[in-house]
Amino acid sequence: MTTDVDRPRPVRPSVPLSDRVFRGVVRAAGGTVLLIMGAIGIFLAYQAIPTLREFGWGFFTEASFVPDREELGIAAVGLFTLQVAGVAIVIAFPLALATALYISEYAPARLKRTLIAALDLMAAIPSVVYGLFGFVFLTPHIIYLSRWLSKYLGFLPFFEVNTDVNAASWEQSMYTSSPFIAGFVVAMMILPFAASIMREVFAQAPLGEREGALALGSTRWGVIRSVVLPFGKGGIIGGTMLALGRALGETIAVVMILAPVFDIRFRVLENGGVTISSLIALRFGEATPSQLSALLAAGLMLFLFTLVVNTVASMIVARSRSGSATEI
Amino acid sequence: MAAPTLERTVVEAPAVVDDEPRKRDLSTTTLDDVLAALGSILGALGLVWVLYANLLPTSGTLGFVVAWFVVFLMLYAGVTAMRHPRTVMADRVAAAIIHAFAGLVGVALLFVIGYTAYRGADALGYGNFFTSDLSAAGPLDPLTVGGVLHALVGTLVEITIAVAITLPLGVGCAVFLNEVGGRFARPVRTVVEAMTALPSIVAGLFVFTTVLLMAGLPRSGLAASLAISVMMLPIIARSAEVVLRVVPGGLREASLALGASQWQTVWRVVLPTARPSLATALILGIARGIGETSPVLLTAGYTTYLTFDPTSGPMVSLPLMTYQLSRSSEAVDQSRAFGAATVLLLVVLLLFVIARVVAQRSKTGRR
Repeated sequence: MTTDVDRPRPVRPSVPLSDRVFRGVVRAAGGTVLLIMGAIGIFLAYQAIPTLREFGWGFFTEASFVPDREELGIAAVGLFTLQVAGVAIVIAFPLALATALYISEYAPARLKRTLIAALDLMAAIPSVVYGLFGFVFLTPHIIYLSRWLSKYLGFLPFFEVNTDVNAASWEQSMYTSSPFIAGFVVAMMILPFAASIMREVFAQAPLGEREGALALGSTRWGVIRSVVLPFGKGGIIGGTMLALGRALGETIAVVMILAPVFDIRFRVLENGGVTISSLIALRFGEATPSQLSALLAAGLMLFLFTLVVNTVASMIVARSRSGSATEI
Repeated sequence: MAAPTLERTVVEAPAVVDDEPRKRDLSTTTLDDVLAALGSILGALGLVWVLYANLLPTSGTLGFVVAWFVVFLMLYAGVTAMRHPRTVMADRVAAAIIHAFAGLVGVALLFVIGYTAYRGADALGYGNFFTSDLSAAGPLDPLTVGGVLHALVGTLVEITIAVAITLPLGVGCAVFLNEVGGRFARPVRTVVEAMTALPSIVAGLFVFTTVLLMAGLPRSGLAASLAISVMMLPIIARSAEVVLRVVPGGLREASLALGASQWQTVWRVVLPTARPSLATALILGIARGIGETSPVLLTAGYTTYLTFDPTSGPMVSLPLMTYQLSRSSEAVDQSRAFGAATVLLLVVLLLFVIARVVAQRSKTGRR
């Protein structure tokens, strides 16, 4: 009799039919997504193979991109991509940091929700709008800044422009359509995105430490320096890198502004340049099979680079989020 | 007896209030704070005006503003250092810089929108801009001819197809990752996360190569929707998963403990709980899909005719129309480009307002 009571009841829940169907359906959805997404990766790699096999390392060192003449490489294109993204990050980083700090630390509590919503809205503005703005409005105005930079900071190699900066009638066309202007527009685009990630992380800085700092007589800046920034370090780095990932892949705004030039050079203020994504946008139409393979190879390189940047960034952001919840 | 006391209380009422501790003024701004900042701003303006605009051989508005700001910071720091310790000085200078930069960002972004709307107002002023396509309008025709109707219709058709593809797949995938899981979930999650890094132009190139070149389909709205879907799918799946993850596990357990099946739990408990934030995440994903130009550029083709049929022939959308028109050198076409960009902004704004309303309703109602 006692054995009857002590023997554990076998717990073997039978899965009802509805659940089996449900699991099957969602598993199929997951499988489909995996299939589509995986297919893209494999397809890109597979299509890029002929180009990579034919050109080998030359693909990474050759500047010009003329598939018909068997001169094919992404050295110049890749460098310009980095230049545009670099300019964008240099401009966007301090502004995004200040914006995030303002919203999380200085803004009046009433305004906060509105400002956060506005920031999200800014991040959703289509890139073609920024491109149009940069192309029509910004270019004729910003060339004066370009000229000023090259005139007084021209001793820095990347601010040099291949023209006489002191000439009385200066060549305006040398300063238009430059990686600098493209980077400037991309900066405006990625700024809200970076700021919104940073703000999210800043908002999670522990209240106890904030209050502790204030109680010890810290000023508001003291709280920021000793609590918010150390706790939000991961968010700052990660947010900037995620923004960098976007800047690398940005197409339309860059196509609208940059004039295609295939040179290996670092003069960001000078007219011309082409990024991987703008190369694809410019050349896909006239594509022969070999050219298409080359474009796909270039696209694959861009994707891989963005992937690395994004993965590292998400890891940093995720770690900073989990670590920020200290207990008191 | 009763009457005088009543009178006395009325008369003495203010005196009693006066005895109570008065509500303290919690604002930390003092007159010194305000005057130091204001004085520094004005002093810097005067100094820069004399030096920059009159004495030194310098000119230009941007330079003036930058010089003004730098001189202001120096004056502000100096004025503060005379009466306060260094920590206060650092605090004030940092606050000034942060406020200035944040203000700059706000002004710049508002200016982009304002400028676009201002330039677009030329075209938007004509009623025909919303009711006709561009087929009858050449580059030299005035704004009284032609409009964005074809692009608006194209945008709506393309995004509808894309949503019809990505919504069930993306949400299904998120439910799978979050509710069912298992060994198979790991590779799916990894690949979805990796694919959010896919540049939109590469998504477009993928569809261009497979659908247009290999399968031999013509450039069409359908191909464009496929390209948008490829771009949107990882975004939607990922944001939906993030939203589902924050549904408290206790709700699930309670539902299962009451004897509900897993399907009933997901359908009756998890999804309704997450519905507002899920809707917000999805609408934001859709807004990104609508604004993306590069996948459409490769796959949709360009047309000036109104078409409702996504399967045959080119179909233009608002971002693509903006891009194509902006390349024309005619002033009229530029006005039209700005008009199309404004309409695009309005569509995104509308989606945003819907997202806000959905998110808001969840907080106030049904609790």
